[in-house]
Amino acid sequence: MDFDKALELYEPVIGLEVHVELSTETKMFSSAPNPAAKGNHSAAPNTQITPVCLGLPGSLPVVNEKAVRYSISLGLALGCEIAPTSRFARKNYFYPDLAKNYQISQYDEPIAFEGSLDVELEDGTVITVPIERAHMEEDAGKLTHVGGATGRIQGAEYSLVDYNRAGVPLVEIVTKPIFGGEHRAPEIAKAYVATIRDIVRALGISEARMERGNLRCDANVSLRPRGQEKLGTRTETKNVNSLRSIERAVRYEIQRQAVILAGGGSITQETRHWHEDTGVTSAGRPKSDADDYRYFPEPDLLPVEPSLELIEELRAALPEPPAALRRRLKADWGFGDQEFQDVVNSGLLVEVEETIAAGASATAARKWWMGELSRIANAQQVEPASLATPQQIAEIVVLVESGELTDRLARQVLEGVIAGEGTPAEIVEARGLKVVSDDGALIAAIDEALASQPDVLAKIRDGKVQAAGAVIGAVMKAMKGQADAARVRELVLERAQA
Amino acid sequence: MSEFSTEQVRHLAGLARIALTEDELGRLAGELGAIVDNVAIVQRAAGPDVVATSHPIPLVNVYRDDVPTETLTAEQAVSGAPEHDGSRFKVSAILGEEQ
Repeated sequence: MDFDKALELYEPVIGLEVHVELSTETKMFSSAPNPAAKGNHSAAPNTQITPVCLGLPGSLPVVNEKAVRYSISLGLALGCEIAPTSRFARKNYFYPDLAKNYQISQYDEPIAFEGSLDVELEDGTVITVPIERAHMEEDAGKLTHVGGATGRIQGAEYSLVDYNRAGVPLVEIVTKPIFGGEHRAPEIAKAYVATIRDIVRALGISEARMERGNLRCDANVSLRPRGQEKLGTRTETKNVNSLRSIERAVRYEIQRQAVILAGGGSITQETRHWHEDTGVTSAGRPKSDADDYRYFPEPDLLPVEPSLELIEELRAALPEPPAALRRRLKADWGFGDQEFQDVVNSGLLVEVEETIAAGASATAARKWWMGELSRIANAQQVEPASLATPQQIAEIVVLVESGELTDRLARQVLEGVIAGEGTPAEIVEARGLKVVSDDGALIAAIDEALASQPDVLAKIRDGKVQAAGAVIGAVMKAMKGQADAARVRELVLERAQA
Repeated sequence: MSEFSTEQVRHLAGLARIALTEDELGRLAGELGAIVDNVAIVQRAAGPDVVATSHPIPLVNVYRDDVPTETLTAEQAVSGAPEHDGSRFKVSAILGEEQ
């Protein structure tokens, strides 16, 4: 069934759960280094852990104050109330991703609740997404399934567990049901997650790299027949790890459910897994008795009671809301509506902004991120932000703008940056990419080229300036492209008259 | 006396991964009922002026600074594990999934 037909018959209702890994130096309840902190994501297995992360006997959790501050800031940025008293709770389940057999989370007393977030869609329409709550918890370890043909759990012989991620501070943000999205429901889901990503990056509380799992989204989707009040049975799609996937997964799930309902079937309440490669979801675990997590207050931790002073201090330090920020940036950069909207829609606003802040011109920053970096990222099926940092791009732009690199050389420097060869300056040095700005070397090459093409020289002397192209080409070739063509042209015309 | 059915005990035992015989289920239903009754007596003593508490000492906001300390090595981490691959814990493939 196509999407429009599905929408004709049913109204989609979505709900989104976003997990944000905080980039504190240490974990939520342990002083182990946090793999979600900047630059710490590639540690060897089980080297970022303490006895607390393993739940060893006698170890006790202690709350990371920075993580509480970050959580409050995020709650405030989402327009939430901050609870005068909030508490941690144990969520009990048996799965080896946590060694304790429970996850420390928050249950009926989350730190933040009742908020809303304005989300701007591609055409500029603003949708207000109601937020139910945002609570603090700890992330779980990573399992690698061994054996089995596909590396998935089916058919695996055993699993290997790395607890580096166990205990990473998380904030889980849960929306209320989002009604009225209609055919834009998939787009709203994507824009909502993109907005949260922008907010946590502006707050500086998460690296927010989706491809590394710093920001993860579970999408709840249900359909109800037109005119029906009661909500339909929902499914929860997990493993949605890019903005593009969120939109696709919600869209797919709407169509899948519509086919079942239209055929007289019923939806099973279950988790579903998104498969990036095939663009479909598959059935995971049905909701069952095992979802009885027997939450109870965590006896090892004390209540969190932020003072009003602290809350107001953090509120005063909040960055501009994304919509206001966008209005300001558009004016500052002098971009046209379409130019600016393209940057927003590409999800590269923060990269462009940081590149400009690091010294690049607005036009050049946009050109690099929207052009070369997006093209390479697309070819490699990764996010542009995973290729280079705004600081590196700004450095390349500055080298181009000061005449030390041509665009062509700059692209080679970018290649080096992506390959991890060092800073742009180091790459220019190591690869010998500097523009030849020594007129002496250029003049020698020009004189040689003119001498070997006397017919061209005659034409130039006759005023046929366009003939100079052949000489410029020869000189650029002799310089291996590392010369500024405009300067070469000037010198060629000068030498021809000499 | 509180009613605690064997079905409730069976459900809880299942969640806690504890294998119980029919005899044990029946006996525990009675014992758990007695425990609940005793808790109910304590509850009578707590009037509306006593707020719910999960901790005996009135302490809040006990925090730690965000400063990393020493970690275990991977060898130390897996040293007590029945099975491992040198740096990671080896567990049987489980037909479940993360929560």
